[in-house]
Parts: sequence; C-alpha cells; structure tokens
Amino acid sequence: MKISRIVSLVIVLIAASYFLVPLYATFQFSLQMLRGQWSFQAYRSVFADPNFLSTLSYSAVTSLVAILISTLIVVPTTYWVRLKMPRVKPVVEFITLLPLIIPPIVIVFGYLRLYGSDSLLPLTVSSAGTNLMLVIGYATLSLPYVFRSVDNGMQTLDIRTLTEAAESLGANRSTIIFRVILPNLRAAIVSGAFLTFSISFGEFVFASLLNRPAFGPYLVQIGQDRAYEPAALAVLSFALTWACMVLMQIFANAKPGASRRRRGAAFNPLARRKTA
Amino acid sequence: MTVADDLLNPPSQGGSARSAPAGLPGAKAPRRANWAWLGLLPFALFAAFFLILPIVYLVTGAFQTPEGTFTFDNLIALTGPAILGSYWLSIKLSLVSALLGAAAGLLLSWALVLGGLPRWVRGAFITFSGVASNFAGIPLAFAFIATIGRLGIVTVLVRELFGFNIYGAGFNLFSFWGLALTYLYFQLPLMVLIITPALDGLKTEWREAAESLGASHAQYWRMVALPVLSPSILGCFLLLFANAFGTLATVYALTGSQFDVVPIMLFAQIRGNVLYNPNLGYALALGMILIAGLSNVLYLVLRSRAERWRA
Repeated sequence: MKISRIVSLVIVLIAASYFLVPLYATFQFSLQMLRGQWSFQAYRSVFADPNFLSTLSYSAVTSLVAILISTLIVVPTTYWVRLKMPRVKPVVEFITLLPLIIPPIVIVFGYLRLYGSDSLLPLTVSSAGTNLMLVIGYATLSLPYVFRSVDNGMQTLDIRTLTEAAESLGANRSTIIFRVILPNLRAAIVSGAFLTFSISFGEFVFASLLNRPAFGPYLVQIGQDRAYEPAALAVLSFALTWACMVLMQIFANAKPGASRRRRGAAFNPLARRKTA
Repeated sequence: MTVADDLLNPPSQGGSARSAPAGLPGAKAPRRANWAWLGLLPFALFAAFFLILPIVYLVTGAFQTPEGTFTFDNLIALTGPAILGSYWLSIKLSLVSALLGAAAGLLLSWALVLGGLPRWVRGAFITFSGVASNFAGIPLAFAFIATIGRLGIVTVLVRELFGFNIYGAGFNLFSFWGLALTYLYFQLPLMVLIITPALDGLKTEWREAAESLGASHAQYWRMVALPVLSPSILGCFLLLFANAFGTLATVYALTGSQFDVVPIMLFAQIRGNVLYNPNLGYALALGMILIAGLSNVLYLVLRSRAERWRA
C-alpha cells in the first residue's frame, strides 16, 4: 500500500506541474514587455486597444443572444417531449448531440453553401444576415449543453403535477411554460449558459469564416502581430474561463430538489468542445 | 376546434373518458395525437434548417459534379497524395494525442481515486480539469508559445540553468510533437473527467472476492478491473480521438496554415477554394463527418454499455 501511495503522489505531482507550469510561465511572460523589469505594460496595451473591447463585447452579445435563442427552443421542446411524447426523447437527444458529433467547421461550411449568395435564402450576403448566421451557429453549438442542463433540471421537477396545478388555476400553455416551468429551471439554465459562454466567447471557426469582428479572430490577429500581448490575453481568457466554470458549478449546485444528478451538466463527457 | 383550444385542453387532463361527453366521440382521440407533434415544430424546424440540411447539402454535394450529375470522382480524388497525406497526418496526430491523453489521464485518475491521497487533492484536480478541458483554442496556443516557444520561459530557463537548448536538440513547438504536447493540455483533463466515474464504479467487493479466491494484485487488475473498465477506456479513447481530429483553432494559432491537418485544409478550401473544385471540398467534409462522427457515435454506444456496471 505504501508503494502505491508514493507512486500516486509522484503521478499527481507530475500532472500538477504539467498543468501549472504553462499557466505560471504565461503569466511571467506577460509581465516582461518592458526590458529589465516586471510590469503590467502588456495588459495596459491590451486594454488600450479599442478593438479589444469592441470584439470582446461583440462576442459576448452574440453568445448571450445565442444562449437565449437556444433556451427558448429547448425549454418548451424538452417540456413538451417529457409531458406528451416521451418516446421521441432519444431522437431529440441525439439531434441535440449532433453539434458535438459533427466538427463545427463542417457545420459552418454547410451554412456558407446553403445560405450563400446564390441560394434561396442568401443570409450571408448582408452584414445583418451574417450576424444572424453567427448567432444561429452559436445557438446550434450550444444545443448540447443547454439541452443537457435543462433536461437534468427538469428531471428534478414534477412537471406533470406542476402543469396540472397550473391548469386547475386556469393557466394556459405559455403561462405554464414561462411562469411556472422556466422559473423553476432558472439555475439549470444559467448553469448551462455559463458553460456555453465559456466556449463561445473565444470561438474562432464560425466567426472567422463568417468574417465577423469577434474575439476569436481578433486573438489570432494579435498573435501574429505582437509578442507579449498574446500572453496577457491568454491569462485574461483563462481567468474568464475559470470564472464561467465556477459560476456554472455554483448554479448547477443551486438546483432545488435532492435527487439531482451530480455534476450532470458540468462533467458530462460530451458536454464540452473546445472553440476549435 | 382550433389549435389554441386544443392546447388548452390537452389529453393529459381528461383523456377519452372526459372528452367523450364534449360532443365528438371517436374521432377525437386520434386527432389530438396528431396535434401533439406541433409542439415539436420549432425545434424540428431549427434542427432541420441549421443542422440537418447543411450536412445533407454537403453530403449530397460530395457525390456530385459541379454540374450536378452523380459521381464518385470526388471520393476517388480524396485518395490523391495531398489529401490522403493530410488525412494521414490528422489521424496520426489524433491517435498519438488520444493515446497520450488516455494513458496519462488513466494514470492520474487511478492516483486520485485509488492512490490513498487526501480527498481535497481529488477535488482540486477535478475542478481544475473542468476548467482546463474548456481552455483550448487560441489562448492555449498562446500559453504554450509563452512557455516552450523559442523564447518561452521554460525554454530560456532550461538553456540558462543547464546550458541545454531544447530547440537545438530537435524539439519544436510548431511541429507534430509540439502539437501533441499542446493537445495533451485539454485531452488529459477530459480523460480524467470521464474516466474517474468509471474507476469509482469498481466495487471493493470485486477486489475482496478476487483476493479471497487467491488472486494477486496484478491478477485482479488483469482479469477483473481492466475487463470491466475496457469499454469505458476504449470509449474515452475514441472521444479524445474525435476531439483531436476536429481541432482547428489551436493548430491554426500555432502554425497558421503550415501544418496541413484536414480541418486546416478544409478551412483553406472554404476561404479560397484551394482545391479548385468545390465538390472536392464537400468530399473532404464528408470524410471528416465519417471519421469524427463514427468515433463519437461509437463512444456513445460504449458509454451506455459501460453504464450497465454502475447500476
């Protein structure tokens, strides 16, 4: 037993240094912009660049709108499927997993051809249309995460009883969904939203191929032009990812009811895909 | 009866017994069953237009000439040296990074679950893994450039302390092994996250039963634990493989368009039709769908198989 403990200690130490050294090194690198001294000059330079804030806020807004769209689609659908058509649930679930199964570049390739200049619905020729395309693309990418957390959240609710209680008080279908089911799912939705946000704010492929002024393409541009700012941006991105994941965990744990599937949304094996 | 009326009076409320006195016996039940599908319409339309039709468009395009007639030429053209080499490079890189990630992740997970370390160590690694597995793409590339790029902190430190130049010794971050090392940063935590529940599922009774029958430690692992774990391990490996296969942003930020893996080639094709044949681009996408799709679907199948042991 003693030996296995020493071995595991060694493994854990190696793993910890593999994880922590790049983080520390990146941070130290980001402080070296001015020769011979430590400074936050690289960070100052990042924040002084108007494109930094404009692309970051563009990406934040598109991600949030995408999360909103996919919530508005997923919540009523999940509710309806659970209440009325439990038999089609595997089909719906498989469709929501498709964005993880098919590489994102293939999906955006399909968009560009299907909604390109010579199609019936040429969304990609105008700026407004391309913005819409990007938002829809992010909504599609977020489907697996949003569906998973909403479905997990709904599992802890007795939606049939809630529905019948609301109906007996005279509520109609949309009142039930928006004033009874949705508020009960708030924590689950917010938790899924943070996970989605953490992977979409730096998304590159969709934004770049749709030619949108988003944060991902901006990062690539800075990576080509500058030396120290990329390290500062990596530190900031890591902090943002960390914040999103912590908030996601907090909300995932805030669900009402005890029979929650632990870590369902957070650590579902498929519940991630890098922004690649 | 309008749709709104029907939504207001769903079958769940009364069923045929209560709806019969309402006046339309017999014809009512089947009609209501049909209306229920309407609730799926928003989702179905969204999925059709923005998920299924785009994929169908590419797949059918892969079997057509630019003029629209049916052909296998595009698929045959995939076996040309440039494209085949690109697929081979992608597969090699994905295999190596999945193998490294799976082996390292399994070891780390074993140490965390069965290594007898304090509980907080495990908690810290699991939380960190949740973050690290989502820390990918361009910022990850930047972090590795700052660490072991030509002027990275570790590269410089090793040179100053030991007088050893890792670039002189043949290492290059912007090469196959550099990419594999970088991918490990998100593959390892992903493996830890998905294999830890499987290791948790190894019941102490099994080990005790094996020991009481005279099995050694090695025999227990070889004949009990590994066979139980193998669908999970294989499944996780396939997930890591697909994960690496679809990776684009990390490669692009590290090597630009130099390192010709399939996603990079497809990216260049979408940008500038570098293959001079749009339909060959569709075939390239079809190949990606098949390879990534098959490994992901197999993973899902193996995962549901593995869950049987955890009942």
